[in-house]
Amino acid sequence: MRKLALSDEILLKIDKPARYIGGEVNSVMKDNEDVDIRFCMCFPDVYEIGMSHLGIQILYDMLNRLEGVWCERVYSPWMDLDPIMRKERIPLFALESQEPIKSFDFIGITLQYEMCYTNILQVLDLGQIPLHASERSEEDPIIIGGGPCSYNPEPIAEFFDLFYIGEGEKQYENLLKLYRKCRSEGASRSEFLKQAGCLPGIYCPQFYEVTYKEDGTIGDFVPTVPGMPQTILKEIEMDVTNTYYPKKPVVPFIKVTQDRVVLEIQRGCIRGCRFCQAGQLYRPVRERDVEMLKEYAVDMLKNTGHEEISLSSLSSSDYSHLPELIDFLIDECNKKKINISLPSLRIDAFSLDVMSKVQDVRKSSLTFAPEAGTQRLRNVINKGLTEEVILNGAREAFRGGWSRVKLYFMLGLPTETEQDMRGIAELSNEIAKVYYDTVPKEERKGKVQIVTSTSFFIPKPFTPFQWARMCTKEEFIEKAYVVKSAILEQLNQKSIKYNWHEADVSVLEGVLARGDRRVAGVIERAYRKGCMFDSWSEYFHNDRWLDSFAECGVDIDFYTTRERGLDEVFPWDFIDCGVTKDFLKREWKNAHEESVTPNCKMNCQGCGAARFGGGICFEKRDG
Amino acid sequence: MKVRIKFAKCGAMVFIGHLDMMRYFQKAMRRAGIDISYSQGFNPHQIMSFAAPLGVGLCSNGEYMDIQVESATTSEQMRQALNAVMVEGVEVLSVKRLPDDAQNAMASVAAAGYTVRFREGHEPPFDVREAFEAFREKQQILITKKTKKGEKELDIAPSIYEMRLTDDGIYLLVDASSAGNIKPGLVIQALYEQNQTQLGEFDLLITREDTYVAREEDGKVVYLPLDAIGEDI
Ligand code: SF4
Repeated sequence: MRKLALSDEILLKIDKPARYIGGEVNSVMKDNEDVDIRFCMCFPDVYEIGMSHLGIQILYDMLNRLEGVWCERVYSPWMDLDPIMRKERIPLFALESQEPIKSFDFIGITLQYEMCYTNILQVLDLGQIPLHASERSEEDPIIIGGGPCSYNPEPIAEFFDLFYIGEGEKQYENLLKLYRKCRSEGASRSEFLKQAGCLPGIYCPQFYEVTYKEDGTIGDFVPTVPGMPQTILKEIEMDVTNTYYPKKPVVPFIKVTQDRVVLEIQRGCIRGCRFCQAGQLYRPVRERDVEMLKEYAVDMLKNTGHEEISLSSLSSSDYSHLPELIDFLIDECNKKKINISLPSLRIDAFSLDVMSKVQDVRKSSLTFAPEAGTQRLRNVINKGLTEEVILNGAREAFRGGWSRVKLYFMLGLPTETEQDMRGIAELSNEIAKVYYDTVPKEERKGKVQIVTSTSFFIPKPFTPFQWARMCTKEEFIEKAYVVKSAILEQLNQKSIKYNWHEADVSVLEGVLARGDRRVAGVIERAYRKGCMFDSWSEYFHNDRWLDSFAECGVDIDFYTTRERGLDEVFPWDFIDCGVTKDFLKREWKNAHEESVTPNCKMNCQGCGAARFGGGICFEKRDG
Repeated sequence: MKVRIKFAKCGAMVFIGHLDMMRYFQKAMRRAGIDISYSQGFNPHQIMSFAAPLGVGLCSNGEYMDIQVESATTSEQMRQALNAVMVEGVEVLSVKRLPDDAQNAMASVAAAGYTVRFREGHEPPFDVREAFEAFREKQQILITKKTKKGEKELDIAPSIYEMRLTDDGIYLLVDASSAGNIKPGLVIQALYEQNQTQLGEFDLLITREDTYVAREEDGKVVYLPLDAIGEDI
């Protein structure tokens, strides 16, 4: 029987002790005798969030297939356990072996959103591992980061030994082989890091130096050690069918956010919305073979016992074998009483038909993400969704029995005017009007329920909007107020509920997203002041962050509201995600001209991602 | 067909609460390929009910749940199929077919047997053997129970069916029916109070040994394990 790291007394005192005991279905135990590399995958947030992440499940499965490697998991201890571990000096431990993570060879931290940065420090600190790469000794584990935020790793560079840029399937095996070789040769930590930094896709920040110009922007970014690459090209798995995918994902005991089988049907997105980072980072689109997906669906359901399966991708409607796959799933799942959940479907006749088969229409809601209130602004952001399409989709849906609609918009997009903000209210109103025009009085079950939500636009690296000015908190709040008042003026205002996102946290996310190495000190200081779980509004302390900026002499506006010139060197410019800066510039210009760029299926725009030699870039286009 | 499943739960699994154990078994049924019946409706759920919820922190050698199945192989095959998909700390002990008119598990529970041990370093400050003998002689064991309306005096002596010292602890057979359920900790607390001491929150290690139905035999009440009324398939 495994011995638990936490005493019964502690486990009985805290909320959801199952977060810390491991031993879940399909979790992997190995004999230490057979293992020479210990790897711990970390998602720096609470267990229920971390366990819902597909990427970790893929890498966990992949690494555990390697001989001699044991991959375990660790998550952020929640706020009830955190102080107990500090007080009693209990070192943070991995779930499987329950052994301290400081005794591991590697800790891989996935970086899914900027607001988890303080939790990275929490994990290291509780793990009794020095926070800075420069302070780590031969005994300390190698700390490696990956995931979308590693495409601008600079704000957290000093906390990491390595970053893995790109898709994990490709380079980990080589990295571990190199580690083994270095160890057998008695090479030092620093020697290993030097060699690792030369592997494709691996970035070792301590071997680079940044100089700044007088205006604060970057002058130079240069390797300080011979052989380190000047730019780092992302790693990408071009054959997404014949690669690693977990047939036996770990099944948590407690309910987690994603409590279901997740079937990733494709990577990348053809659409090229100009605000969307994922749409650029994961180019080109690569589809999985439909037969493989069918096989995995069946096996994964069998091996997990989950009662639900969900398709995952940035835009499922664009998957070319979707009807075939869905027919198969409906058939299979009906037999086995399994639910199907279909996120990110475009609302059209096909998807409405499918949705009416897999969900209870009366209880479910339709989701549209127009992102902007007017056609002009939708053209600016390249969101190819017209008012006509939305209203027709809504009309069809109302005929089919739906009466709840969720609408998602962004505020603060480049070139936005008051008309665009009011457009959000007007479009919401139009949809309500369609309901009342379409559904006869006697068939209505009360009012149509429209929930309109706005988030604040945050410019992200590697998007055409990476040059954009971000709004201030006051501007954001003002914009939300404009929308709110406009909604109150609408005829159907009683059918519309309006939600908006917190402005403070958006501003901070904006700094961290486009930050440079000088921001690291602020993150550390905020952590020292007790900031953790910043993405949880109950634990977000804006005052502590503002104090930290002030104490470090770091100016928020430099990173958010400053206008960036087209020739500015960005902190993330040394990373090559496949899409060229020239293409992004072109798109930035197209945005200002309100001109729409066709998607990859219609027409190749020569974004640069074709150099990976596969995917959509080489497929025949109709017409 | 109604089927009663007996299982044991120990080790790290004691930290998994009742609702999560239900979710765990729902998924386990699918992994094991048990041909379980589903309810009708848009969101069909498995027909499954548990006997007596076990508190977090307690081990058990005798937990029960009833399920309904469309078809069954044999008891032994089903037991093995389930055990092949269990995690460390949960073991299926028996699978029995219930008579069609059997009461469901929850309603038929009359008593539960527990072994109570003292955690290392948390032994009572009095001589357990001596105190226990005196305690056993008592006709009335009054405890104060917190209710919604305030505190209430309660005599738990009639709810204690058996009480004896074992090699390393105290065995208790107490009322576990939905109307009169007594927690074993309550009995030990009374023992402590009788010795002018307070029971700490983490002093006890409790194992539920089995869960019982009551039967009258020759005018006497006997307690039989919940799966005694089932048959092998
Ligand atoms: S190269 Fe062309 S087809 Fe390929 S991702 Fe870029 S725009 Fe799309």
